[in-house]
Amino acid sequence: MELPAKITDWFTTKGWSVHPHQQAMLDRAENPTTLLIAPTGGGKTLAGFLPTLAELASAPHDGLHTLYVSPLKALAADIKRNLRTPVDEIGLDIRIEDRTGDTTQTQKKRQRVDPPHILLTTPESLALLTSYEDAPRMFRGVQRVIVDEIHALSESKRGDQLMLALAALQRMCPDMRRIGLSATVEDPDAIARFLAAHPNPCDIVHADPGPPPDIQMLQIDEPPPWSGGGAKYAIPAVLDEVRKHKTTLIFHNTRAQAELFFHNLWLANSDSLPIGIHHGSLSKEQRQKVEQAMVDGTLKAIVCTGSLDLGIDWGDVDLVIQIGAPKNVKRLVQRIGRANHRYNAPSKALLVPANRFEVIECVAALAAVKAHDLDGDDRGSGPRDVLCQHILIAACAGPFHADDLFDQMTTAGAYAGLSRKAFDDCLEFCATGGYALRAYDRWQRLLQRPDGMWQLRDPRAAQRIRMNIGTIQDTDTLKVRLKNRGGGKPLGEVEEGFAATLTPGDTFLIGGQIVRYEGLREMTVEVTRRASDKPKIATFLGTKFATSTQLTHRILNMMQQDDWPDLPDHTRDWLKLQKQVSFMPKADRLLVESFPHDGRAQTVVYGFAGRNAMQTLGLLVTQRMEEQGLSPMGFVATDYAILVWSLDPVLDPAPLFSRDGLREGLEKWLSGNAVMKRTFKASAHIAGLIERNLPSNRKTGRQATMSSDILYDTLLKYDPDHVLMQITREEALRGLVDFGRIEEMVDRIEGRIDHVVLDRLTPMAAPLFLEPGRVPIKGMAEERLLAEETERLMVASGLADVDKPKRWAVPF
Amino acid sequence: MNNGCEFEFSGATLTALPSGALWWAAHDLLVVSDLHLGKSDRIARRTGTMVPPYETYDTLLRLETDIATTGARQVICLGDSFDDMASSANLDPKNRDWILTLQSGRDWTWIEGNHDPAPLSLGGHHRAEHTVDGLTFRHIADPHLQAEISGHYHPKLRLPVRGKLISRPCFLFDARRLILPAYGTYTGGLCLTHGALQSLMGPGAQVILAGTSQHRLPMPRAAQQRVS
Repeated sequence: MELPAKITDWFTTKGWSVHPHQQAMLDRAENPTTLLIAPTGGGKTLAGFLPTLAELASAPHDGLHTLYVSPLKALAADIKRNLRTPVDEIGLDIRIEDRTGDTTQTQKKRQRVDPPHILLTTPESLALLTSYEDAPRMFRGVQRVIVDEIHALSESKRGDQLMLALAALQRMCPDMRRIGLSATVEDPDAIARFLAAHPNPCDIVHADPGPPPDIQMLQIDEPPPWSGGGAKYAIPAVLDEVRKHKTTLIFHNTRAQAELFFHNLWLANSDSLPIGIHHGSLSKEQRQKVEQAMVDGTLKAIVCTGSLDLGIDWGDVDLVIQIGAPKNVKRLVQRIGRANHRYNAPSKALLVPANRFEVIECVAALAAVKAHDLDGDDRGSGPRDVLCQHILIAACAGPFHADDLFDQMTTAGAYAGLSRKAFDDCLEFCATGGYALRAYDRWQRLLQRPDGMWQLRDPRAAQRIRMNIGTIQDTDTLKVRLKNRGGGKPLGEVEEGFAATLTPGDTFLIGGQIVRYEGLREMTVEVTRRASDKPKIATFLGTKFATSTQLTHRILNMMQQDDWPDLPDHTRDWLKLQKQVSFMPKADRLLVESFPHDGRAQTVVYGFAGRNAMQTLGLLVTQRMEEQGLSPMGFVATDYAILVWSLDPVLDPAPLFSRDGLREGLEKWLSGNAVMKRTFKASAHIAGLIERNLPSNRKTGRQATMSSDILYDTLLKYDPDHVLMQITREEALRGLVDFGRIEEMVDRIEGRIDHVVLDRLTPMAAPLFLEPGRVPIKGMAEERLLAEETERLMVASGLADVDKPKRWAVPF
Repeated sequence: MNNGCEFEFSGATLTALPSGALWWAAHDLLVVSDLHLGKSDRIARRTGTMVPPYETYDTLLRLETDIATTGARQVICLGDSFDDMASSANLDPKNRDWILTLQSGRDWTWIEGNHDPAPLSLGGHHRAEHTVDGLTFRHIADPHLQAEISGHYHPKLRLPVRGKLISRPCFLFDARRLILPAYGTYTGGLCLTHGALQSLMGPGAQVILAGTSQHRLPMPRAAQQRVS
């Protein structure tokens, strides 16, 4: 496609030329699907929109021409701003609007009647749009869809949702061409398959990757601590770097770590450098304030998490600092790309390990970046809970034929291999509940009409289905507000479980401030500002990255060296100390350490099987410990080890790791454990078995809501083969179980176990104590603790004396 | 497995059973509250979502076990026995027969609840309230009464212990009233720190947990909690 004169003139006025990859996108303008792989700052967005602008400049278009979908609301708003400028300068009469959860109802209604030329939206908002009966009218004539940050979407259910929505859209607009914009990835073909309408081909355009990044470890005189994720030791050095650069992004792996680091940074910030904080648990108002300050260039640095991972262009960032091990080489490369949004300038990044183990991970990651050894795992076939949601969405849009819907859904790459039986099971679930006990003949959700079409039994159900569209699973959170008359300023959110452990007077960090817990008012945590005290830390459940398989292997290889000349002395000495007091983990032996700590017996198992397999191992080992009467209370898993705490110590670990025992445990475990329940809850929400959002006039009291755990237990007891139980198993096996790698571990150790019993924790075990994501075990330990605590409360209240002796009646 | 926790209330010796039922040995009387039979049916009818339809079966099975183990001659269902009137009308014939079997040879009383206020089509007595040997059985506690046993609130204890939050349904009582946990399989709970329960219960209120560990403890008092 030739660029119209208007646009080439504009390029000339600007003194710019069309980049080769931008031209390549124009050349492929008629292709059904094109994927552009480009580093951040490569004019990627403009490359995606150029064919649209060219078409709109050449001929007027009535109605919606191009849809743009991004994973972030903020990105949609940002692109609207950034696209407006060239469109106005070129002199095109184009309406550009965004549509996200933040768009007003009036605006949304108007968009459906009179859509703009370019609509910028999110996967959820698009799925919602396809659920309306008038969708074919709104989308009539759509020529293009641009999926931005597709590398991020392709890793999540939000991407699966988007591709099912596009499959529906493609039916309404057969001429619609697809463009994907992706950061550098290890397997472009996988993303191409994900993007294209199966079996269409997808062309891949590679932009010049630019010069290699300037990346190294931040040189700090003080060695990192033995444990912890705070990286407090690095604060003076980080402040120095912030001073030396224009704008610095300081990335953290978890929200809690970001909060703590920001707090400590501020305490040390004697020059009062303007530094802000940004993460997903902060209130919208708080985040927008920081975003605006970045755009205005008034901030020197932003402490942030994955909420700034994606390509929003906020200010002139010239340095990225990664605090804590990067966990994943691909993500590290993408984060580094946030520095220097100028094409052909190297990005500058510094890694700051938070503890000694992370030094090893950082060195391994640096080697991987230099070797262009990106990592990634195959996600497997599309999840069926999302499929169920889209069957319901299809029903909202109007009656459908099962054959048609199956054909349509299997054009989405992730669902291309879906069997008709698997689809029919999902349809049956949506229609009748799919239970072995046929209970809902009168109240089916979907009915099959005499002509064979399926439709909603009660059209009013559409409203409730629409309210629950989406695949993002929030943990149950409570809003935090400053306490004052008439409802105070919102600060953000904390997990309900965390709020429940607070008693008035406790302090915690949120948005970089220390606040004092005052009480719970309805569903809001009320706090006051408290400047001084040392805070309790809010336990946010932020995104947790798993160290990739490739990186884990690099680390394990490093462990087996005789010496570590590549490592800084402090870490080298640390590994030597570990070697002195205990052993080094080896690939062909299993190292198990036992020692007391925190008033509990602690056991560390260095399996190096990757986080998911280690998580499973933790569940299986604690289950066997429960059987042995050791009263395990919980465990935490990392990519390289599990830490189990129990009331009684492990004396002989060998029986815990027999293959048959583990396999038998897996069968038992798959049926009743916390991870399965968590997986079930997520899938039940997505598949439409449980509604998260209810019409506001129907909100019932808390005592009326039953937990998803009860539904899981009931299904397990009476209908264990139900489709949602199958989905839960599929989801758990794909995400959380990874039993294959446990078997691989058992094979390579062949029963060779080094059990080291010590009187205190070992150097290598220390970081585990600060690892987030602790999994509690509900077993005898809970009963024992409950007995202790109730006894204490009885004694404290004086009731124990009044009612003594406590009689345990045996009346029958 | 324990066989219940015995306690004194308004001069009577009562047993809080692990299942959440109350046993009054002196009268061979079993009391259960908030069965919410037919809840899945109501949810499907009203919202379109179809939760696993096994709660009526599961609830009746547990009730049958309690009746058999105790050898109860009298049964009182303390209201909200059905999730709504239509749920009782739509009751599966097998479950209806099952209830009839459970009722036969027993003195059976249905107390009216807010979910099922009108007379029921099943056998047994239907009463707004019922008094046995000085104790009054009602669905919702009356703040002015004493020696009263009720349900309705689905009381539930949430106790933070060493950084862990343990949540259990529970019996709640003070000198004047006793509130039973919900017995139905598909019932959530109301935390004891909720204003409604905090204002209802007098000083010295105590809790007995349902479930395998039937601990007894003072009712947690939240000083900061506002009364709604």
